[in-house]
Amino acid sequence: MADVLVIGGRKLSSRLFIGTGKFPDKKLISAVLEKSGAEVVTVALRRIDFNAEEEEENILNHIDERYILMPNTSGARNAAEAIEIARIAREAGCGNWVKIEVISDQKYLLPDNQETIEATRVLAQEGFVVLPYVSPDLMVAKKLQDVGAAAVMPLGAPIGSNRGLRTKEMIRILIDQIDLPIIVDAGIGRPSEAAEAMEMGCAAVLVNTAIATAGDPVAMAEAFGWAVRAGRQAFLAGPGRVLEEASASSPLTGFLFEGAGSR
Amino acid sequence: MKLTVNGKTEEIDQVMTVLEYIRFKGIDPRTVVVQKNGEVIKRDHWEKEVVRENDRLEILRMVGGGSF
Repeated sequence: MADVLVIGGRKLSSRLFIGTGKFPDKKLISAVLEKSGAEVVTVALRRIDFNAEEEEENILNHIDERYILMPNTSGARNAAEAIEIARIAREAGCGNWVKIEVISDQKYLLPDNQETIEATRVLAQEGFVVLPYVSPDLMVAKKLQDVGAAAVMPLGAPIGSNRGLRTKEMIRILIDQIDLPIIVDAGIGRPSEAAEAMEMGCAAVLVNTAIATAGDPVAMAEAFGWAVRAGRQAFLAGPGRVLEEASASSPLTGFLFEGAGSR
Repeated sequence: MKLTVNGKTEEIDQVMTVLEYIRFKGIDPRTVVVQKNGEVIKRDHWEKEVVRENDRLEILRMVGGGSF
């Protein structure tokens, strides 16, 4: 049976979501998406800078129509702003998926969970497929489930920090207690960390900075694709037990020198 | 005529539609989304929607982004 992740009625075969910020050259993005195998791609909405020397390109020119766009609400400081950004993004042709981000903490970019729950409630009622970025907190996740979130996206570490799965224990509780897909968003810096998240039972991971700031972003995207598949398969296979002491892997009988002296 | 565009006030000296204003600013209309006084203006209305005194315009574009 095919291992499919269903979100908002869409069947996804890739469990790696890609963010498109911070790439040194936007022309890399189509190759990054191709090599990663991703199907869901995040983008952002920004004011045009009329004083810019060169008109900035619309990022959608670099993203093939087959990808599912997931605009974020970055820049929103409260629920009302997030809701407005989501509506504009839908009007801009981004479809009805949205990643809610409500952030007013500028140093660690930690989410405002209360405002995020409220934005999720309103947008889910309007028919959006809402994926909220939140702290890995069980009560917050339960409330998101109640108000119609399509997934819960806890942070592994602060956005862009590449510090890995620092919140692992809290994420483990969400996986255990929440029926929605748990998607680690933010913090994953290495493919091994993506694999670890998937081994734990995360439904998917979202990666941006770790790929965009790699020496070779396209090769790193492919590495993340492999890591996410490996981790997922390991989860499905059921990892073996963990012991305190050694447990021999070869038979404990029929040793060559058995009886030939003290062992 | 005074407008607020992307949070900054500016003066224009002729009546324009939204589409004419975008072109006047040297922006490729295919790449943007426009909000006027808090309402998104659908692309097929840009030709008849006129920009008026004290209007607040937001002219936006999708850019690369992951989180924040």
